[in-house]
Amino acid sequence: MRAHPRAGAAEPLRNWQEAVLSRVIRLSGYSAIVFVGLIFLFLVREGLPALVEVPLADLFSARWYPIEGYFGVLPLITGSLIVTVGAMAVAIPFGIGTAMFISEIAPRWAREVLKPMVELLGGLPSVVLGFLGMLVLSPFLRQALDLPTGLTALAGSLLLAGIALPTIVSIAEDALDAVPKSYREGALALGATRWQTMWGVTLPAARSGVLTAVMLGIGRAIGETMAVMMVTGNAPVLAVRLASIVAPARTMTATIAAEMGEVASGSTHYHVLFFIGMVLFLISLAVNVAASAVVFRQRTRAERVLS
Amino acid sequence: MDLSTIIAMMSSPRVLLIAMAILAAGCGPASNAATPPAAAEYIENRGSDTIVNLALAWAERYQQLYPEVRISVSGGGSGVGITALINGTVDLANASRQIKPEEMQEAQARGIQPVEFVIARDAIAVIVHPDNPVGQLTLQQLSDIYSGKINNWREVGGEDRPIVRLSRETNSGTHVYFLETVVRLGRSDSDTLFSADTLLLPSSEGIVYEVRQNPNAIGYDGLGYVPADLRVIAVARDAGGPFVLPSVATVNDQSYPVARDLYIYSAGEPAGAAAAYLAWILSPEAQSIVADLGFVPVAAESPGQAQAD
Repeated sequence: MRAHPRAGAAEPLRNWQEAVLSRVIRLSGYSAIVFVGLIFLFLVREGLPALVEVPLADLFSARWYPIEGYFGVLPLITGSLIVTVGAMAVAIPFGIGTAMFISEIAPRWAREVLKPMVELLGGLPSVVLGFLGMLVLSPFLRQALDLPTGLTALAGSLLLAGIALPTIVSIAEDALDAVPKSYREGALALGATRWQTMWGVTLPAARSGVLTAVMLGIGRAIGETMAVMMVTGNAPVLAVRLASIVAPARTMTATIAAEMGEVASGSTHYHVLFFIGMVLFLISLAVNVAASAVVFRQRTRAERVLS
Repeated sequence: MDLSTIIAMMSSPRVLLIAMAILAAGCGPASNAATPPAAAEYIENRGSDTIVNLALAWAERYQQLYPEVRISVSGGGSGVGITALINGTVDLANASRQIKPEEMQEAQARGIQPVEFVIARDAIAVIVHPDNPVGQLTLQQLSDIYSGKINNWREVGGEDRPIVRLSRETNSGTHVYFLETVVRLGRSDSDTLFSADTLLLPSSEGIVYEVRQNPNAIGYDGLGYVPADLRVIAVARDAGGPFVLPSVATVNDQSYPVARDLYIYSAGEPAGAAAAYLAWILSPEAQSIVADLGFVPVAAESPGQAQAD
């Protein structure tokens, strides 16, 4: 009887809290969209004038030497692509393999050591990795592969793979871990081997989480600047041949980082650098849209099969 | 390799100096409050980005020695500094080139007679791996190497190895000076460019590390930044000419070809605080800062402007 009026008094307070909290949460949900939108608007405002100031044929030419007015962005785009693709070629198989090992095969004690170690690797500042890359990795690559110089796209790819790996492993492992135990037991009961269970049942069931892991890994790789700038040599060479992977390359991020600090605000060079930022933004957007499209299609197919 | 090396490597000296200059400026009012409010003398100093670090270091030290003097330093380029001098908005203009005749005429038309002081020298050393047998090159050969016409050390008397060209980033003053003086051989009508496969490294240290471990590499850097364990190339102006190694002596007698004077111009004969500051700049103490920052100090026998005040 006594408790009743008290609860009644608390009621409006709780409603009020409820209203505020739900608004705050809704706001933070929308804020991500607003921020991305504003960033894109800013990039467009600063970057689009480049299309007016530099003829398209020059903008998409193969020579980047901004202090003399050569604004060909193709070497930078191909440079970023070759370094990122190289990094993914290493990081995806290794990352998913490590995640499968940690989640499916490793004994409990090994898992408890491995997972924190991998996450620790993720916390390593990229400058430190870049420094190691410059002092250890690039001389090693030069000698091992008999290259003119070790400061190549490959060195950048390997470092980026190292930077993307922890992200991929950590998220993919969570996804694999979330697959219900009954799936594995069912597969094993049907006579599938351990490998068949992992490859045919667990991994496909965790598909969307694993794909998310890969996407976030690519996102980290393509946006990484410092480590790449230290080991790729930054020569703006058009990277279109297979051999370009063992030649120096200049990425979009390294170009922006190296040149933005000294550029006169409002100059053509400044606008072109923002235009490169825009291209970078659109590439990440395309990667994300493609990934969610794949996940969405697979999810609907899976639902069809189940129903 | 400890962390401080990494930090030292990554943070450009300019950022540090600006930070220190801000710090020094921030301390200003406090020290003013301590000393009687002396008529603060004010020197406005603007110009070349090549010299801005040096000018900041000088200004900072000078303000420690003479707290009553305020020195404001900014960059922008040699042209910006000289234009400001002509317009009468600065007391001292820093320039990495001599004043042009048309700038001189414009200044005189406004009743200003710029007076030139050589305050330091800047030399660029060309460096290769210590095991590289090539020890001397002409300017023409250097130009051909960096523009991509020569691609193997064999062509300049070395081993059969590919040449890996190293350069600073395009926004570095050293890059632009090397482009004009070496790649284009000082010809203003030339439009020769660095070969596209030239590695553009973000720091002097990056070039030094790569040259130290890669026998294919050739690089360049300010003379003061070159460590002793690398091979420095002797450079000749012409094929027949003497091959000269860069040093304080050869830079000061102008026999080393990849060197230039750095200037401060004052509007008319300097007077008051500016004159005292210029005299201090040419003193041994200020010139030791020159050496610390990788430039070449001017030799003591250079024109007796030190007695300007």
